[in-house]
Amino acid sequence: MKIFRILKSSISDAFKSVFRNFSLSFASVTCTTITLILVSLAIIFSANINSFTTNLEKNLTIVAFLDRDATEEDANILLEAIKSVDNINKDEIVYQDKEEVKVAMQEESEDFNAIMSTWTAEDNHLQSLFILKVNDVKHIGKTASEIAKMSKIDVVKYGEGMVDQLVMVFDFVKKASIIMVVALILVTAFLISNTIKLTIISRKTEIEIMRLIGTSNLVIKLPFLFEGFVLGIIGSIIPVLLTIYGYIIIYDKLGGYLFLKVIAMINPKYFIFYVALILLGIGSVVGIIGSYRAVRKYLKI
Amino acid sequence: MKLIEIKNCYKVYKNGVAALANFNLEIEKGEFVFIIGASGSGKSSLVKMLYREEKPTRGEVIVGGVNVAKLKNRKVYKFRRKIGVVFQDFKLLPKLTVYENVSFGLKNIGMKEDKIREKVTKALKRVGLKEKLRCFPNQLSGGEQQRVCIARAIVNEPKILICDEPTGNLDPKTSKEIMDVIEEINKTMGTTIIMATHDKEIVNRMKKRVILIENGVLTGDYLKGRYKAHENI
Repeated sequence: MKIFRILKSSISDAFKSVFRNFSLSFASVTCTTITLILVSLAIIFSANINSFTTNLEKNLTIVAFLDRDATEEDANILLEAIKSVDNINKDEIVYQDKEEVKVAMQEESEDFNAIMSTWTAEDNHLQSLFILKVNDVKHIGKTASEIAKMSKIDVVKYGEGMVDQLVMVFDFVKKASIIMVVALILVTAFLISNTIKLTIISRKTEIEIMRLIGTSNLVIKLPFLFEGFVLGIIGSIIPVLLTIYGYIIIYDKLGGYLFLKVIAMINPKYFIFYVALILLGIGSVVGIIGSYRAVRKYLKI
Repeated sequence: MKLIEIKNCYKVYKNGVAALANFNLEIEKGEFVFIIGASGSGKSSLVKMLYREEKPTRGEVIVGGVNVAKLKNRKVYKFRRKIGVVFQDFKLLPKLTVYENVSFGLKNIGMKEDKIREKVTKALKRVGLKEKLRCFPNQLSGGEQQRVCIARAIVNEPKILICDEPTGNLDPKTSKEIMDVIEEINKTMGTTIIMATHDKEIVNRMKKRVILIENGVLTGDYLKGRYKAHENI
C-alpha cells in the first residue's frame, strides 16, 4: 500500500536523521533522559506518599464515648443518628458496650487483665463507645464535632491536631509533586521542540529541494514528527531501566519500608511496569508534541 | 499543441521592483527554447513562474493546462511532479547517494521499490552515470552532479524540463556534454526544454528558438536564434 510505503520511508528517514544529526540528537536525548529520570522520581515518590496516606486514612478512626448512664436504647438511637451523618462510612460502624470494651482491654494487656478480671458488672465504669470511619479524612474534624454535639455522647477522640497536620502535609506533597511532574514534562516538550527546530533550520536546503521536486507537505513534515517520537523513545530508555532496576534494588535494600516501619513502599511487582509505561508514554507523546510545535512554527510550507 | 501560454503577465515584487511587464509567450510541445537576457532582465522570474516558485502579479501563466497564478499552495507539489527542474547549483541532497537523490521524488509519492529501481536505472543510463549510483554528491565532479540533477528531473518522464542556467557553474567542455544530454532528452523523449542561460557559445552552436528579455519585456523571439545578434547583453 502506498501509504505504508510513505510511512515506512518517513520512519527510516527519521532514524537516519537522528544519527546524521548526532550531536543535536544526543543533546536532546540527554535532556529528555535527565528530565524523565526526575519525572520518574517524582512519580515514584508521590505514588508512595499517596499509597501511604491512603493506608493511613483508611485506618483513621473516630472514637465516640457514650455517657456512663447511656442505655442500650440510647445507643440504638445514637447509631441511627450517626448513620445519618454524611461523612461517616456506614459499613464500618462498630459499637462496643462497656463489657466488650473491658474484654478488649483485657486482651490488649496483661496488667489490664489482672485488674479487670475481678470486676463485676457494677464495678465496670468504662464507657460504651462507637468506633467510626470517615469517607473523607479531610473533614474528619467537622464530622467529629458534629457527633460530639449529639446527646448522650460524652467525648469524641480522633487524634485531633496531629491528624489534621499530617493530612495537610501530605496534601501539599501530593500537589507539589504533580506540579513538578507537569513542569518537567513541559520542559521536555520545549527541549525536544528546540531540537526539531534546530534540525529544521539545519535542513533548510534539504526541505527547499524537497519542495522543488514535488514532495507533499505531509511527506516533508512526517519524518520530523517521527524524529521527535524517536528522540522521546530513545530518551526514555535509561529512565525506564533505572526505574525498573533501581526501584527493585531500593525496595529490597530497605525491606519494603521507607525510613519508618509505618511507611510501607508500594510492591514493585506491577508498579514499576506502570511507571515504565508512563515514562515511555510521556517520552513519545512529548516528543511528538514538541516536534509538532516546531514543525508548525518553523516549517512554513 | 501549446504546452506553455503566458498572457499579459506582470510580475512586481513586494519591494516595488518590476521583473516582467505585459509579457506574452507561447511554447509548443517538444520545443527547445533558450531564454536569454542580461542579469536582472527578468528571465529568472519567468523561469521561476514556470515551476510556481513565483506567482505572477497579474495575467496568466498556463503550464501543461494548469494556471499557476490560480494554483493553491497546497496543490503546488502535485504540479511540480509533472515538470522537471534543473538548477545552476544542482540542489542535490548532500547526505544522499546518487541513487537516493534520483529516487527521492519517486519514493515520496509512494512508488514501489522495483518500479523505482527500473526508472532510476533508466534515467541514470540516459545521463551516463549508471556506474556512480552509490557515490555521494561530494565525490562527483560538477558536470557529474549536474547529470544527477538532470536524471532526477527526468526520472518521472515529465513533459517539460525547465533548466535555470544549468551550465552556469561548469567549464565549456563539461557544459557541452551537459547540453548534449539535454538535447538527447529533447529528441528521444520529446520533452519540451526551456532553458535560461548566459552561455553564448551554447546558444550559437545549437541554433534553437531564442527568447530575448530586456528589462522585463520580451524584445525578441527568433526561431533559429543566435546570441551574436545581441552581443550587447
